[in-house]
Amino acid sequence: MPDRDQTPAVRLTDVLFRWPGPAGFTLDCPAFEVARGERVLLLGESGSGKSTLLSLICGIIVADRGRVLVGGEDLGKRGAAARDRLRAEQIGVIFQQFNLLPYASVADNICLPLRFAPERRKRAGDAGAQVTALCAALGLPPGVETAPAGRFSVGQQQRIAVARALIGSPPLIVADEPTSSLDAAAQDGFLTLLFDQLRATGSSLLMVSHDARLAAQFDRTVQLADIVTTGRTAA
Amino acid sequence: MMLRLILGSLRARALTVGLTVLAIALSVALFLGVEKMRNGARASFADTISGTDLIVGARSGSVQLLLYSVFRIGNATNNLTWESYQEIAARPDVDWIVPISLGDSHRQFRVMGTTPAFFERYKYRGGRALELAEGHGLEDLYDAVIGADVARTLGYVTGDPIVVSHGIASFTDHADQPFRVAGVLAKTGTPVDRTVIVGLEAIEAIHVDWQSGGQRPGAPTPQDVIRQMDLEPKAITAALVGVESRLRIFGLQRWINTYPDEPLLAILPGVALQELWQIVGIAETALIGVSAMVVITALIGMMAMIFSSLGERRREMAIWRAMGASPSVILGLLVVEAVVMAALGAAIGGALLYGGLAIARPWIDASYGIWLPLGWPDARELWMLGAVIGAAALASLLPALRAYRLSLADGMTVRI
Ligand SMILES: Nc1ncnc2c1ncn2[C@@H]1O[C@H](COP(=O)(O)OP(=O)(O)OP(=O)(O)O)[C@@H](O)[C@H]1O
Ligand SMILES: [Mg+2]
Repeated sequence: MPDRDQTPAVRLTDVLFRWPGPAGFTLDCPAFEVARGERVLLLGESGSGKSTLLSLICGIIVADRGRVLVGGEDLGKRGAAARDRLRAEQIGVIFQQFNLLPYASVADNICLPLRFAPERRKRAGDAGAQVTALCAALGLPPGVETAPAGRFSVGQQQRIAVARALIGSPPLIVADEPTSSLDAAAQDGFLTLLFDQLRATGSSLLMVSHDARLAAQFDRTVQLADIVTTGRTAA
Repeated sequence: MMLRLILGSLRARALTVGLTVLAIALSVALFLGVEKMRNGARASFADTISGTDLIVGARSGSVQLLLYSVFRIGNATNNLTWESYQEIAARPDVDWIVPISLGDSHRQFRVMGTTPAFFERYKYRGGRALELAEGHGLEDLYDAVIGADVARTLGYVTGDPIVVSHGIASFTDHADQPFRVAGVLAKTGTPVDRTVIVGLEAIEAIHVDWQSGGQRPGAPTPQDVIRQMDLEPKAITAALVGVESRLRIFGLQRWINTYPDEPLLAILPGVALQELWQIVGIAETALIGVSAMVVITALIGMMAMIFSSLGERRREMAIWRAMGASPSVILGLLVVEAVVMAALGAAIGGALLYGGLAIARPWIDASYGIWLPLGWPDARELWMLGAVIGAAALASLLPALRAYRLSLADGMTVRI
């Protein structure tokens, strides 16, 4: 077992990925790392491959070549089921928008990853209490847990998504443009809340955006173009 | 929690899901209903006659003889002469014999002439005897005993007069010789309920002034003259026979079937019923086939509904995937969803059928003489419901597999 504090949260080496299809988008990443507890902002143009990179890190898609390590574990060496399990256990995911199952209650949405991650569920302890605590910490009105998630405003839904990413304190939070659907004031509030919680859990954050103004609040800012080369190959 | 989420997802699409479930429910109700009618018809047919070893009539088809003599369906093509009847009655193997004379009617009901022995010998539903609900049996020449449905439909009580019409569905009445309701039989669930029973001599009496189908011109013979006449019939329609020993049934049957003076036919009611089932069986199979096709159509509708929902639900699938659900979980979700819809449809369909039956049962009984039992679904019905749900699971596999592949290809972001 690698020492948790020494191994980086994420490490990509010599990764090549190509989307199947006639004009397959290819992404080539020689090296990229996120240290434990580090908060990294990844900037890039639309269509530059940011989401593709996050999908690789989450193990939803698999690199054609090279190694993707999450918490020291090589995703390529694991089977599909084990990758899904690792994602559930280790990574909290926040999307740009439409993060939630609108028909499910807030509590069910927040607890959803625990359903696939027994260890994370154990870490979460009393899930119900955790949900209440997270909702309160993220400034959601009291008693929201039982309401259907679809009822809330976009900003509130994004905060529910943060609670879901944070429950059971996964070592890595991956966020794909979580603030792009919020106005400037809501963006600031959202990031402040997110960072407060990260400090509490000690999780690393890899957040994608095309808004360079956010850079000041992060430990490190990376331009996607600096770490990957992308292109299109005719299949 | 998973089931709760599935139910929530279904509820969120209440309209399309509701219509799909409704289609399944109606098809299931039809499917079960056909099966119930089939069993009900068989049971009530089989319950109609028991304790009679042979039915004798003029030679025709055995099913035809059974139908007109017991079920009052169709007509006899020929009669059985009184001489033949008496010769059969005199056979040593014959324990008892009851003549039946059909051919006249009262309103929509058939009139049957017979002897008082009929009330003793006719048995139904495993040996049950006829019982009078009201009044007494045939005593006077112009006494009539009516079945329960006749009494209920026409509102007759004992003492009411009855005018018998000549033939079936005719407008000539035997108005000069009215009968009187002497008794009303208790409900039996057999064609007896829809029969007006009179004495064999009475049939003879009302036809005194009739010759080869036409009424003799002139004044009708007065009733007191008729009462003095010899009213022995010249012919009857059929006879029910009980045999001394079961072993002798076939011997007697052969003797009757080879009777030299007149072409006769003796049948065993059970065997003729079997023959009837064979004929009806083809239609039954076709009916069941059609209703099964209706179920399949409903399930294909469900399949189409799931397919078309996949597009708008790719986002949802991506969320499940990002939370750590494997593609097989996605597949399972869709299959369970289909099973829930089918189970709901089956339950509602069953409820519709039973509710409908509870309401329509008296009407079905009145118009077809089939009393459908309303117990809990039996093993066969449960099996059919299970088959519907299983078929739904199978049908959902196709869209579920597509969702499986989509969720693998989509990655974390859904491009629409
Ligand atoms: N599921 C997919 N199948 C095939 N090709 C895909 C798929 N998803 C993305 N791609 C290709 O990869 C390219 C990069 O897409 P990606 O979503 O990674 O960009 P992005 O940087 O996240 O853009 P945006 O800022 O708009 O979210 C796209 O141009 C597309 O052609
Ligand atoms: Mg993207």
